[in-house]
Amino acid sequence: MSVAEDTLEKTSSQRDGSAVPTLVVENLKTHFFTRAGAVKAVDDVSFSVKAGEILGLAGESGSGKSITGFSVLGLIDPPGRIVSGAIRFNGEDLVTASPERLQDLRGNRIAMIFQDPMMTLNPVLRVDTQMIEAIQAHRKMDRKAARQRAYDALEMVGIPSPGERLNAYPHQLSGGMRQRVAIAIAFLNEPDLIIADEPTTALDVTIQAQILHEAQALCRRTGTAMIWITHDLAVVAGLADRIAVMYAGRIVETGQTDEVIDHPLHPYSVGLLGSVPSANKRGDRLNQIPGMTPSLIGLPSGCAFKARCPRADDHCDATPEVIEEMPGREIRCHHPHRQEAGA
Amino acid sequence: MSELVSAGPPLIEIQGVSKRFVKRLDIAGKIARRLGAGLEEETVHAVDGVDLSIDEGDVVGLVGESGCGKSTLGRMVAGIMPPSDGAVLYKGRDIASLSGDDKLEATFAVQMIFQDPFSSLNPRMRVEDIVGEAPVVHGLVPRKGMSDYVDEILTKVGLDPALKRRYPHQFSGGQRQRIGIARALAVKPKFLVCDEAIAALDVSIQAQIINLFMDLREEFDLTYLFISHDLSVVEHISERVVIMYLGRVVETAQAEALFAAPNHPYAQALLSEVPRLDQRKRDFQPIKGEIPSPLDPPPGCHFHPRCPQSFGPCSSARPVLKSIGPDRISACHLND
Amino acid sequence: MTVEITQQSADADAGLAITQEETAAAIETPFRRFVSEFLESRLALGALFTLGAIILAAIFAPFITPQDPYDLAQVDILDGRLPPGSEAFTEYTMWLGSDGAGRDLYSAILYGLRISLAVGITSGIIAIAIGMSVGLSAAYIGGRFETFVMRIVDLQLSFPAALVALMLVALLGKGIDKIILALVVAQWAYYARTVRGSALVERSKEYVEAAASLGLSHARIMFRHILPNCLAPLIVVGTIQTAHAIALEATLSFLGVGLPQTEPSLGVLIANGFEYMLSGKYWISVFPGIALLITIVSINLVGDQLRDVLNPRLKR
Repeated sequence: MSVAEDTLEKTSSQRDGSAVPTLVVENLKTHFFTRAGAVKAVDDVSFSVKAGEILGLAGESGSGKSITGFSVLGLIDPPGRIVSGAIRFNGEDLVTASPERLQDLRGNRIAMIFQDPMMTLNPVLRVDTQMIEAIQAHRKMDRKAARQRAYDALEMVGIPSPGERLNAYPHQLSGGMRQRVAIAIAFLNEPDLIIADEPTTALDVTIQAQILHEAQALCRRTGTAMIWITHDLAVVAGLADRIAVMYAGRIVETGQTDEVIDHPLHPYSVGLLGSVPSANKRGDRLNQIPGMTPSLIGLPSGCAFKARCPRADDHCDATPEVIEEMPGREIRCHHPHRQEAGA
Repeated sequence: MSELVSAGPPLIEIQGVSKRFVKRLDIAGKIARRLGAGLEEETVHAVDGVDLSIDEGDVVGLVGESGCGKSTLGRMVAGIMPPSDGAVLYKGRDIASLSGDDKLEATFAVQMIFQDPFSSLNPRMRVEDIVGEAPVVHGLVPRKGMSDYVDEILTKVGLDPALKRRYPHQFSGGQRQRIGIARALAVKPKFLVCDEAIAALDVSIQAQIINLFMDLREEFDLTYLFISHDLSVVEHISERVVIMYLGRVVETAQAEALFAAPNHPYAQALLSEVPRLDQRKRDFQPIKGEIPSPLDPPPGCHFHPRCPQSFGPCSSARPVLKSIGPDRISACHLND
Repeated sequence: MTVEITQQSADADAGLAITQEETAAAIETPFRRFVSEFLESRLALGALFTLGAIILAAIFAPFITPQDPYDLAQVDILDGRLPPGSEAFTEYTMWLGSDGAGRDLYSAILYGLRISLAVGITSGIIAIAIGMSVGLSAAYIGGRFETFVMRIVDLQLSFPAALVALMLVALLGKGIDKIILALVVAQWAYYARTVRGSALVERSKEYVEAAASLGLSHARIMFRHILPNCLAPLIVVGTIQTAHAIALEATLSFLGVGLPQTEPSLGVLIANGFEYMLSGKYWISVFPGIALLITIVSINLVGDQLRDVLNPRLKR
């Protein structure tokens, strides 16, 4: 935490006494207009991330978690479109920003890490060429200094003998190593925000552990805000400060990691956490959520989870509004698992 | 279910099984070698001398990271791939030596459930044919009875038989995996090899499929080899766990004993590094280094370059699997 | 890239939506989906329509032409080389004029189309059957057999198809059977390579492993499981190759080594009129040429659209 900023911004941040959020997303709606009908991939999503904070955005396939990330980056292509809402990055609205402005921000102030590092890496260019280009695209720096900066960045993400790796082509590196290089590139220009879309999903357990460890340390050190998109709650449990759980295009629950994992309020979070094997007795049947992930086309009105929810009743035909259960803890549910007295 | 050791031979026994993949030189390479270039044919020891026996009713978990040979081993057990060395025995008889009805019996007895619910179903076939083809071709059910038989199997795996005229692309991932399970069940197997069978599914669907596996086990007295990188799943359903690293078994133990106190340093690392819900904001130092290429594994113990406890003999001598407790073996020089 | 991802998930979701409805009224078969996607392009629809009309005209030529150009009783030498629109001696209008022997060109073109299309399609079907079996078994069996077969294919493909066909007809002589044989030899290797390529991809998929572990026979796995998944590229290549075959036959016939005068394809008609070109009697060559052009272009347009629809990598 940078002390200077902290004291400066104290007045404007009343609730939890920290700085102004780096990113504020308000009522974001991103829809895709396909032949089969409008797909409400992101439907009224609001969240914020502060400097140095890691937000875990968890959800299953089709929950809209990746599209949320792409919306922030301005990477939604037709037939998709941001229908309404605001994305404020350091106070600047990205929804109305020009493509040139977004281009300038991307890779500079906002960086991204994909599941497949080859989305970032060019297979025919050496690692150093790509990293130097990434630096020089956004700031004036001579080649030698830029190369030194690239060297430092590789060292920072725990790559052994960075000098050799700089001279390598991406295909000469292992999958874990490539992902590290992609992460190093993301951190190159010391961005204010990094959006990481399932960056460890394709990696092995021991390699994943290394990368989680390094990403966490880097955010703490550089004060970069991070959105870590994943389907695996166990990954964000060990990584994120706060968690937002998405289901069918909406955030159904947000809160501090410990609170969401230990005391989930939304029946979907409860079901998801309860179905994990470690939450069940060895050898017993697992608690399962019945049914399947709903189609986003022609989603019935009301709560999207009602068909699978054990607590659903007639109230659930009305779309639940976001309720602030307690400071920093929001849910979208008519029947949350509140701890009632005597329960 | 700790059944007493049955008198007969184990259902499946793997004896010294190895699998090597050789990348042969092409013509240009051969010419270059003739001219004195130091080119060699590259050999990958995907599986390197593995022994394992699985009794009827057992659930064995096979755990390891990429390149450890777990999928290759599973395919050899399922008879999809022949071993380069060693033998796979079904009820005490080498599968490779069987012929005729015996061979067919062994083939049906061991079925595989695949990881990818998309590529594991033929996109041009209707569900009915995917499930019903093999039983009809082999005469297990008459062609006329196929429809009813398919209905029965689909119901068992929790699918609506009314959907059987559809094609795989019309189903979700979890439903497709159920179709794959139905296809295997249709030939009345005794043993299922599940190769990362839930890894590609959504979290909320994984639990459904795990439950299905457990239900089917009760109903059909199935035996499982459950291959996964996900330790929590293996811990939940397995009775015995085998951990592999770069083609070799490093530790085998009863699940409870293993998860309580892993012996091999690799097993320890694996157990501590799997993300768990009950471990928050850990500040630990994960084991260093990459998984070495199976093309060029380190000498001695394959794990020694990454092992925090490696010492003298680790880099030269291959550790042998030694008994370190009841029904428990580990391959580590620290146990000497 | 983002679009691709969401489009896929949207498609998957659409499928799911259908399964959730219990009405089951419209089961979307792969074929129906293919038809609706194919018809999205107006150009392709027009080409398909044209091609259909051409094929129908060729089949029903005897019923829609004023004369049988090869029935000597109906042809009058006095009608020779009449310009388009002239009245024939036998009292009908020769809209496209007549050739040197007094045949009505409109009739001659339709009869010529019959032969051109028959030769192209027959050789295509035989070449597909051979190429498909060779390519499929090469991919499935692998090893030395595959190396051997594919080297032959490479060798064959390193010669221009026209040259191979030309050498063969020079050896075999004229005749419709011989030209078909020559076209089959010139084409099978394309199909073998196409099928092997896609069969190699399919063979490594898990559904093939599943079929093997169910104890199904090799023949069944090859023809019932792998082959249907290799048909899409084969259809595309087949369409375009048929157009090539028609053009190749016309070339050979034009050069005088293809079909004899007694079996006049479009190529023979063009060749016949060629000598009159310089004397200003353009129509004898030009109209058969246009017919050939329209046929080949419409087949190619249909083929292009098939490729766009059937190739999953080009999916929008």
